[in-house]
Amino acid sequence: MKKFINDPADVVTEALAGLAAAHPDLRVDTAEQYVARADAPRPGKVALVSGGGSGHEPLHGGFVGAGMLDAACPGEVFTSPVPDQILAATKAVDGGAGVVHVVKNYTGDVMNFQLAAELAADEGIAVETVLVDDDVAVENSTWTAGRRGTGATLLVEKIAGALAEEGGKLGEVAAIGREVNAASASFAYALTAGTTPAAGRPGFELPDDEIEAGVGIHGEPGRRRERLRPARELVRSALDVILEAQPLDRGERVIVLVNGLGGTPLIELYLIYGEVATVLAERGVEISRRLVGNYVTSLDMAGMSITVTRVTDEMIRLWDAPVRTPGLRWGA
Amino acid sequence: MDVALATAWLRAAAGSVTAEADLLTRLDAAIGDGDHGVNMRRGFTAVVTVLDGTEFTAVGDVFVRAGATLISKVGGASGPLYGSAFRAFGKALPPGARADLPGLAGALHAGLEAVRKLGGAQPGDKTMVDAYQPALTAFEEAVAGGAALPEAAAGAARAAGDGARATTSLTARKGRASYLGERSAGHQDPGATSTWLIFQALADVTAP
Repeated sequence: MKKFINDPADVVTEALAGLAAAHPDLRVDTAEQYVARADAPRPGKVALVSGGGSGHEPLHGGFVGAGMLDAACPGEVFTSPVPDQILAATKAVDGGAGVVHVVKNYTGDVMNFQLAAELAADEGIAVETVLVDDDVAVENSTWTAGRRGTGATLLVEKIAGALAEEGGKLGEVAAIGREVNAASASFAYALTAGTTPAAGRPGFELPDDEIEAGVGIHGEPGRRRERLRPARELVRSALDVILEAQPLDRGERVIVLVNGLGGTPLIELYLIYGEVATVLAERGVEISRRLVGNYVTSLDMAGMSITVTRVTDEMIRLWDAPVRTPGLRWGA
Repeated sequence: MDVALATAWLRAAAGSVTAEADLLTRLDAAIGDGDHGVNMRRGFTAVVTVLDGTEFTAVGDVFVRAGATLISKVGGASGPLYGSAFRAFGKALPPGARADLPGLAGALHAGLEAVRKLGGAQPGDKTMVDAYQPALTAFEEAVAGGAALPEAAAGAARAAGDGARATTSLTARKGRASYLGERSAGHQDPGATSTWLIFQALADVTAP
């Protein structure tokens, strides 16, 4: 393992300290381990709190700021945050209008956020949970922990965050978050596994000519191994799975996220976006907005995910609303 | 079981998950995300710190505090699951400085119920339940048959070990390993393995 670290045990804390130093408009509590907007709590505003294992940067800490999250709780690498941490963040940003927890559907995240929401309720804070489960690579979801939360998390946090910023009520903010999730489908490929600082070796080994199809963002292997094929074919296969789970009629509009998993250069991500645009154009689907880059990563995994979200006028309006965070910034 | 034995068990469990952290991590890397050993070591190290700094009068409190510490320190699914198990175990123990064998059996049952309620796992889902359930059954049968604690604990540890090894052929239906479907078969479940280590620790500290 070669990484720019000091001690594997200190990576999360030291990265948080660096985030704090780089972004004075964030308040980073290194003792309680959360990142919050410096101007939180904002009285009367619904607050959004998310979190999950570290290693997915800029998710979630990089999406804290005006128009998106009020706080994020980073756990250890690939490990969900603990209830104390989530409760501390929830209390720190509650402005009296309630708090929305945006939770990716992993067993650990769900349990820890559930325990935190119960503790917050005991203290009189109204919490609504939006569960994100867009990864359609997961089959037979009745026999598994269910579809995983991946790229759509960014869209949920952006669109729900925008509604909260303009004064949406707790139920409305949670509802649009759930709508965005329900309208989203994602599929990922890995060329290599990521290496956690603690383990020091890749999560799995792939021969030079093989890829992992349907990989998750924690280095968990996907649904099957395949031969590496041209990007054109991989994109078509991914979109076949996505559009089977999320059928789109001609003339429907979508937001597309072509997301790098940390170790894939932008030149390849743009090539992939071009293929996605070609396929969707053939199908008569209009790409209203798009985002290409490394947003929901898996440490240094070489790989990419495609997220397609069917959108309404309202969702596009909220997507375009100003956002000012380390990871996403426009109009502000 | 008194406070001294309770703390000795948890210290032995801490030593065991620390010594076997690499094994747990390796098992987890095969079908999960490769952090089970690190997380369990972090959690149980914190438990030992709490034990070092606290005087207990009630035996149940030892486990309630240990459980709360695991919930606060471990993260992932294993933090809430093990934390809830120890908390429920401690709360179900009879009040006072000592717990008798039927009290321990009842508390073990309460711990398993907490795990099943939170995680929703059934026996055969390739989880810690597959070690815990047979260990509980063996413990209850030994107690019903008039065995003393060392014998009951040894039987529970053997059954937990058999249960953990038997997870190898199972297909995971809960947790991150479930995403692998049939590819999860052929690997021993890391959670069942750490549960075995904890039962083995009880057998070790009670062995004559």
